[in-house]
Amino acid sequence: MTEHHNADGHDPNLAHHFESTEQQFQASKLGMWVFLATEILFFGGLFTAYSVFRSNHPEIFIFGHQFLDKNLGALNTVILICSSLTAAWAVRAAQLKQIGMLKLMIALTMLCAFGFMGVKAVEYNSKWKHGLLWAGKYDPHDEDHAAAEAGAAGTEAPVGGAQEAPDSEVAEGSPSVPPADAERSAISPAAEGPSGLASPSTTGEDEHEVAIEPANAQIYFSIYFLMTGLHGIHVLGGIAAFAWLFVCARRGFFDSGHFTRVDMVALYWHLVDLIWIYLFLLLYLVD
Amino acid sequence: MSEHQSSGVHIASVKLLLTVWVGLMFGTWLTVSASNVDLGSLNIWVGLAIATGKAMLVGLYYMHLRWDKPFNAFIFLGAFFFLFLFIGITMMDSAHYQPALIPGYAPGMGD
Repeated sequence: MTEHHNADGHDPNLAHHFESTEQQFQASKLGMWVFLATEILFFGGLFTAYSVFRSNHPEIFIFGHQFLDKNLGALNTVILICSSLTAAWAVRAAQLKQIGMLKLMIALTMLCAFGFMGVKAVEYNSKWKHGLLWAGKYDPHDEDHAAAEAGAAGTEAPVGGAQEAPDSEVAEGSPSVPPADAERSAISPAAEGPSGLASPSTTGEDEHEVAIEPANAQIYFSIYFLMTGLHGIHVLGGIAAFAWLFVCARRGFFDSGHFTRVDMVALYWHLVDLIWIYLFLLLYLVD
Repeated sequence: MSEHQSSGVHIASVKLLLTVWVGLMFGTWLTVSASNVDLGSLNIWVGLAIATGKAMLVGLYYMHLRWDKPFNAFIFLGAFFFLFLFIGITMMDSAHYQPALIPGYAPGMGD
């Protein structure tokens, strides 16, 4: 920082092994960037797993992503982008010694972080209720479609277990609905009949909607929970770091313009935002 | 304050912060819109390109890399380079043996 030595030649914020506050600041920053690089590689293993599974088994991802709410994912993206703005603004406020503004921006960033975790909790809860969990705990069920599920259990069980009964619009048109329905004609609709123009649809209304559960669909949910879970832990860590900054601000630590701590936490926070930008694309917007 | 700044300390103006925010929101809207357009296998690349554009906005402006010592950007990009190697080489390996592992799904086995 630009704060130069006090009258007694000693800046209380300057550790004795640094020559100047400038050198100290640059060292902190370098260390932070190295940490962020390790964070990228930390998540990198999961991104690699994602790439391998998605390239070899795209149907699992097309199937799985239908159970995520795109709107909630977009909402969380917006929340994190807003929190990045307030975090960057907090750095500016600390640099300019605007302590009131700094506290406000830290509080707003924490509010966004809690909002993000709240939305995440709603999403996790609905996955939990429907048994859409990681491999080993994967046991999809849906109260609304319990009957259809029971009827389908006998007709096909090549997937090694539970037949999927996803959201209603996906379940309709699924071949898993037993054809023993008396109301239903055995003759195919004209367009799909032997001389019809359209090829018989076996996957529901939309060719992108996969109603039949592919083998090993639990892999999608394992990857989903690992990636969003690890990211969520980072968000919790960010909340703790911002809470610490808030306490520092209250105690007047930033009154002297020593903003390194704010800058470092904000860098971390931006990385968490940056990773979410990719997670949102890769997990919610599969098409 | 800024007139006697030494290198490495840059104070972003409110206008810049808000402009980048607008850019990021627009990018989010663009990502969601693009995902609704069917471009086949191109979708994922369009999505990744937009996401990388957003990541660059965050990195250059919110993370101050544009005004920072280039060495910090070098470390950051270095991490992405090694991630690229990690994913790339793993995918090359996987592409070699995977077709043989999936019955009836071996497009390259004929030749």
